[in-house]
Amino acid sequence: MTTSAPSTPAISFDGVTLAYGEKTIVRDFSLEVGRGEIVCVIGPSGCGKTTALRMAGGLVQPNAGAVRVLGEAVKSPRRDVAIVFQDYGKALLPWRTAAANVALSLEAAGVARAERRDRIEHLLAKVGLAGHGDKYPTEMSGGMQQRIQIARCLAQDPQVLLMDEPFGALDAMTRQGLQDEMLSIVAETGATVFFVTHDLEEAVYLGDRVIGLLPNPGRTGVDIAVDLPRPRDQLETREMPDFLHLRRELFDFIEKAEA
Amino acid sequence: MTSGWWKGLVAPAALIAAAEIAMRVWGSASMSLAAPSDIAVALAKGLADGSVLHATGQTLAAAGAGLALGGLAGLAIGVLFGLVRTVDRLMEVTVEAIRPIPSVAILPLAMLMFGFGYSMEIAIVAFSCLWPIMIYTRSAMAGIEPRLMEVSRALGLSSWDRIVKIVLPAALPRILLAFRLAAAIALVVAVTVEIAINPLGLGYGILVAQQGLQPDLMLAYLAWIGIVGWAVNALMLVAQQRLFGRAAMAEAAQ
Repeated sequence: MTTSAPSTPAISFDGVTLAYGEKTIVRDFSLEVGRGEIVCVIGPSGCGKTTALRMAGGLVQPNAGAVRVLGEAVKSPRRDVAIVFQDYGKALLPWRTAAANVALSLEAAGVARAERRDRIEHLLAKVGLAGHGDKYPTEMSGGMQQRIQIARCLAQDPQVLLMDEPFGALDAMTRQGLQDEMLSIVAETGATVFFVTHDLEEAVYLGDRVIGLLPNPGRTGVDIAVDLPRPRDQLETREMPDFLHLRRELFDFIEKAEA
Repeated sequence: MTSGWWKGLVAPAALIAAAEIAMRVWGSASMSLAAPSDIAVALAKGLADGSVLHATGQTLAAAGAGLALGGLAGLAIGVLFGLVRTVDRLMEVTVEAIRPIPSVAILPLAMLMFGFGYSMEIAIVAFSCLWPIMIYTRSAMAGIEPRLMEVSRALGLSSWDRIVKIVLPAALPRILLAFRLAAAIALVVAVTVEIAINPLGLGYGILVAQQGLQPDLMLAYLAWIGIVGWAVNALMLVAQQRLFGRAAMAEAAQ
């Protein structure tokens, strides 16, 4: 890890192809995500956006090309890369409390038991779950469950956060709240974010860049820089002319991609 | 509790009363039947002089030890087969060839290896309990939420941690069910072995009573075995809820 200069990208896909049997999911896909950048990936279903995320996470290996994280080829999941799954209900351990779910990450990292308590409390407070540590996931709302998962990922001290439609299953108000919390956490830690979503407004609101993928097989369609000022604001940002232009541009792209 | 709990007792009570009347009216010197009241007296006597409890202890010790040994082996093999497909494929024919052997059929073999006594009985009970637990555990492995396995990979859990912290808790509800089924099997097999060959426990007690032409005592043993079986199952249910309450219910909650 120390060998990579700060200039190397956080994530790089270099001519990546992945196929399951006859079906090519992603073909000759290339993309670089800079350090500390928030890149949102959109595209119609079957465009390979989740597959790209899974390759960056080391959960699947490409058939050709190279995926690198912080300059190193990805062979298996690594501890400084955290993955937030959409289906928090399945990704949490239902027999563990919120605190114990977060603890799992620290146990995996070999953090001493005595040290865990303080860190878990700190992490739960960070995601707005202070005082809820003793509850079981099934006793909590969807938004709170997703916060547990985010806290568990933050416990990894990640340099890279891979988020697979993390707020897709939540209601609009909860989603906006979590979007802002995520942005402030990321601003604080300086982590790089690879954010897959099907919500175009979410992509523009969160991203420094939005990548639009085309399906069958998956490849890059558009790569748009988002120059909206930070910190972003749910009302003001979404009313800016630039925001509306970008939204329009992506909407047109998706309409064409799905045609 | 529902207020109508006693309704379930009406039919058995009527049957017992009918049997009592029939035995008294026609008076019987049967070698195989006895009046319910005589059976109750024989059971009370057996309990009072400690002979029934002593036999119960022997049977439960053998059944429990066999369940523990066979259960642990079945659990380990089930986890291995469930998680490593290659091993499962390699061993499939072997397992399917050995599994259908009735447990009583290995009695002569067990006799030669262990002689009379606990070891032989425990070995046969273990053999009988191994298979259901192995098969339930193996299929429980397949039922584990794949996302949880991905989470364990993403977090970088060691293989041991993955089994202890993800696989076993996730499979626990089905594994506990398997142990409850196996407990019933263990009791059946233990008593069978005792009746067939082993001079121990409740099975031997029932055999001795029969050969001593004491139908009341024989039937008292029979009734007692039923009570013990019921109690074992009830105890396992309570233990399951007490020890693993949250985890055992995890599946239902999803």
